Amino acid sequence: MAVGKAPKNKATQSKYVLLRHRDIPGLDQLEVYQNQGGFKAFRQCVASMKPEEVTEVVKASGLRGRGGAGFPTGMKWSFMDKNSWPHYVVANADESEPGTFKDREIMENNPFQFLEGVAIAAYAVGAQAAYIYLRGEFWQLAHQLDQRIAEMESAGLLGDRLFGSQYSLRLYTHLGAGAYICGEETALLESIEGKLGQPRLRPPFPPSYGLFGKPTVVNNVETLTNLPLILERGAAWYRTMGTEKSPGVKVFSLSGRVNRPGNYELPLGTTFRELIFEHGGGIPKDKQIKAIMAAGASSALIVADERALDTPMDYESVPALGAQLGSASVIVIDETVSIDWLINKTVHFFKHESCGKCTPCREGTFWMMRLTDRIASGEAKWDDVELLREVANQMKGKCLCALGEFSIEAVLSGIDRFRADFESRVKAPSRLVETA
Amino acid sequence: MSTLQEKYPAEIQAILSKYPVEQARAAVMPLLYLAQRQEGFVTKGTMNEIAELLSISVTDVASIVGFYTLYYDQPGGKRRIQVCNDLPCALRGAQEFLDKLCDNLGIRVGETTADGLVTVESVMCLAGCDKAPVFQVQTGEGLSYHENQSVESAMALVESWRKDARSSQDADKK
Repeated sequence: MAVGKAPKNKATQSKYVLLRHRDIPGLDQLEVYQNQGGFKAFRQCVASMKPEEVTEVVKASGLRGRGGAGFPTGMKWSFMDKNSWPHYVVANADESEPGTFKDREIMENNPFQFLEGVAIAAYAVGAQAAYIYLRGEFWQLAHQLDQRIAEMESAGLLGDRLFGSQYSLRLYTHLGAGAYICGEETALLESIEGKLGQPRLRPPFPPSYGLFGKPTVVNNVETLTNLPLILERGAAWYRTMGTEKSPGVKVFSLSGRVNRPGNYELPLGTTFRELIFEHGGGIPKDKQIKAIMAAGASSALIVADERALDTPMDYESVPALGAQLGSASVIVIDETVSIDWLINKTVHFFKHESCGKCTPCREGTFWMMRLTDRIASGEAKWDDVELLREVANQMKGKCLCALGEFSIEAVLSGIDRFRADFESRVKAPSRLVETA
Repeated sequence: MSTLQEKYPAEIQAILSKYPVEQARAAVMPLLYLAQRQEGFVTKGTMNEIAELLSISVTDVASIVGFYTLYYDQPGGKRRIQVCNDLPCALRGAQEFLDKLCDNLGIRVGETTADGLVTVESVMCLAGCDKAPVFQVQTGEGLSYHENQSVESAMALVESWRKDARSSQDADKK
């Protein structure tokens, strides 16, 4: 690791793409960031590239959205309605998925690379204003970002007619106030507009009808932070990392029963085993690993057998395990944890965070909470487990947004894949056994 | 009591300037934080004022206060300790931390200490899962993170607030 002050005007070789602050001291200072080549990419975009050319580079890089859905970023940009103006860019900094804490580290320690990414995205889609929507808990961080934005304005990196061009850009932060649902992009837009954070019926999608009814691109913090180096070093460079269909690096947030929890920047396609046992140092007290949640509380539970541990973490391979990579928030569960307790925890979360707009989610999470409470209390019969499964199945495919859809993932996979945990919790094993 | 516009005219202008003129409603959330600064909760009076300022109904403003968990329409302790007890934190001892903290303060979750200084709440994920136990402290002035906590470190923090409260009381008496 590099120690001491970075030499002026000489870029430090960092082994990171996103977490470069870890080996470049003072990267959160504008001067240091610029000495490391910062804002060269944005300047080059504005001064010598057409917006469509920027989009083409991002398309060619294969960058996919890091917020969870994994949608190709350049393609999303190209959907912007060019007959309706103005255009907006919104950075989704609402990071609230239990187990996810990567965007916070990026914004706290490598803020200018993120802000430059916002600026590049704004230029590419012709937006002259971009909003950064931060969860309300990131209060101090929002104030730090406000200061950084002011520094950028003073340095001529934001404002009117940038770098002698006709292009003008302003960035604004907007604080949420404690609502997980605002990470859903249309709920987020409603929240900026000063309304309840409730998802919109789609279509129309934000690139045709977004913030204030105008075409809008919503990108996750980590996605945006990739952009400066992609533009500086090229799409081919980005594709040297990761897999063919999931190129590049990802910040994996590792938490739960693991010796060294934290953020790990690794190529997409790294195996669960490498993340959990090499980087994360394995399971405390030499316990056995039991299950993995790859996408935070929204995950299906993966049985942590040899095959799962050797599975590459990318957008194609994780679904083969009956789960999703999502935002790559890897929660490790050891043998001492009972899965009925775990789903009680996740269901409480989703019940609390359900926005109440659509009935399947509002009612479904409520009844799932009642049932998992009863199971956890030891007073349930197997019929209650079956009823829980039924409620979850009835929600499937009927919710307005992903919150409700994902709230059933741990429940259904938990009952199916860890049946013994439920059987040992209920009073009567099952009706069939009872009557036999 | 003076109005928000009398107290914070420059800040209100700065907030309004962030949004298109015809989209002034977008300013409701930042204005509610401003309203909460003085008392630690949003009073009926400031809700009325914000509604008038943005040309929306008081019901709309109140619905925002009700929907988002960081706004309060009732007074609580001077400081709210909001402990994350979501799955990743619970796997690292958050429940035990929360229970012991409450025992030490002589209150239950959701209650306020007799001196009115501290309210303890159990909250959802704070994006600090690798540094559990973690809590945030909310006051009218804003929020701050406290990570890698123990009951001892949390109680030391509470003790320092009590000391501050005593010395400011003494100063008032003089």
